[in-house]
Amino acid sequence: MSTAIEAGAAPPARPRRRPIPAAALAAAGLAALLLLWEAVPRLGLVSATMMPPPSALPAVFMDELRSGAWTGAILASLSHYLAGLAVGAGLGVALGVAAGMSRAFEAATAWIVRVLRPIPGLAWVPFAIIWFGVSTRAAVFIIAVGVFWIVFFAAQGAVRGVDRDLIEVADAFGFRSARERLVKILLPAASPGILVGLRTALGQAWMAVVAAEIFGVAGLGQRMMQASSLLATETVVVYMLTMAALYGLFDAGFVALQRWALRWKA
Amino acid sequence: MESVIDIRGLGLAFERDGKRAEVLRGLDLSVARGSFVAIVGASGVGKSTLLRVLIGLAEASAGSVRVSPRGAERQPVALVFQDARLLPWRRVVDNVAFGLEGSGLSRAERRAKARAALAIVGLADFAERWPHQLSGGQRQRVSLARALAVEPEVLLMDEPFSALDAITREGLQDELTRIWAKTGKTILFVTHDLEEATYLADRVVVLAGAPGRAVADHIVEAPRPRSRGDARDEALHASVRHHLGGEELRDGAGV
Repeated sequence: MSTAIEAGAAPPARPRRRPIPAAALAAAGLAALLLLWEAVPRLGLVSATMMPPPSALPAVFMDELRSGAWTGAILASLSHYLAGLAVGAGLGVALGVAAGMSRAFEAATAWIVRVLRPIPGLAWVPFAIIWFGVSTRAAVFIIAVGVFWIVFFAAQGAVRGVDRDLIEVADAFGFRSARERLVKILLPAASPGILVGLRTALGQAWMAVVAAEIFGVAGLGQRMMQASSLLATETVVVYMLTMAALYGLFDAGFVALQRWALRWKA
Repeated sequence: MESVIDIRGLGLAFERDGKRAEVLRGLDLSVARGSFVAIVGASGVGKSTLLRVLIGLAEASAGSVRVSPRGAERQPVALVFQDARLLPWRRVVDNVAFGLEGSGLSRAERRAKARAALAIVGLADFAERWPHQLSGGQRQRVSLARALAVEPEVLLMDEPFSALDAITREGLQDELTRIWAKTGKTILFVTHDLEEATYLADRVVVLAGAPGRAVADHIVEAPRPRSRGDARDEALHASVRHHLGGEELRDGAGV
């Protein structure tokens, strides 16, 4: 041990304090929350129905998993999520890019945008049900509306902000059609901004999934509502955490993809 | 001698804020095939505008511009901008291959040509880098390679070295001289630096006035290879200064 060598020589050095790693602090914080959460119902401060303790969750989760309800709900929600995201983000990127490229298109749609944009996605629920019934298509519609504007404005702004000098490079090398401009310059140059919008949309779409399913379309949201009406609050918490995990998974995956796609950035 | 560029009575004017601005008027210029011509003049005299007309980024409002390539090049002229203007999302080799897209070549063939052009500018080992990993001088060399890759008859250069530090600039000037000798391209080189012009070019055309026109046309006699001392052709400098009539040459930006 090195202390033996130093002993007696210099005055005892003050032990240097290593900073605690951030991951350790984060884990400790989470553990503290779980302990507190466990303690409150156990000490009888609140009934276990009002606040089901975390220790009760694994068993409930296993039941849900065994009955197939969990897997079924996830698959249903994921299909709504992906379809709604694809439709909303696809249209958002396409129309946003068009608005960013063409002053005429932007001007023609300016007032339409001004009227429709402030309407919250959930305000479309009545029409979603009237048009599509309580169906997958209604859920997809609500999710698509929920993400459309985020992506639309991100794409429009990103395309508008493309450096004119780079467009001149395309012109100077003879690439002057709108299609060549779009593919060779505008889309790649706007991709960082569009990806930021898509990442926000990824989160927004989960909210819309729950909202759509609470109105009865099969999936995580519907399963939560059923459990809540039976006061099976442990089940509700299991699905809340499931959603958090799914969102985390998608976000992490997207960030990895984004980092790869933008590896050219300094 | 056969000319590759013929400009007759070129005029260019545009409307800005309801006011008519005339940039060039009555400009005549013929450029011999394979020659190295420098265009000098003060900022705002229309030097860059002239190049923009030749590459098709600006439209002449009067006169005619004719570029006569020897063969049937897809792109008889190529432009090197003042700033490198590389596309940051493309690797160096794909930046150089940019102008070859749409030429009917396969991706592998385009990349092979791009690598050859990178070798000419001494950056063969940088093909797979991203532009942000290069120095300013290297970026400008990639930009030169991008223009060379399309194998143009005429290389237009718009103050290509003005944003670089002095040492890098001198290195690139020498390299450009070597590339010119090796490839036999016609080079039209815009600069506001008279010494740069007389060090590099066979012929120096001076633009002056508003709207700009050619006020002087000098043949640079100094034999090649030149030393930088030759560039101090005092008689030529005095004559050019006389034509410019006190207009400030060295004021950075250019047009």
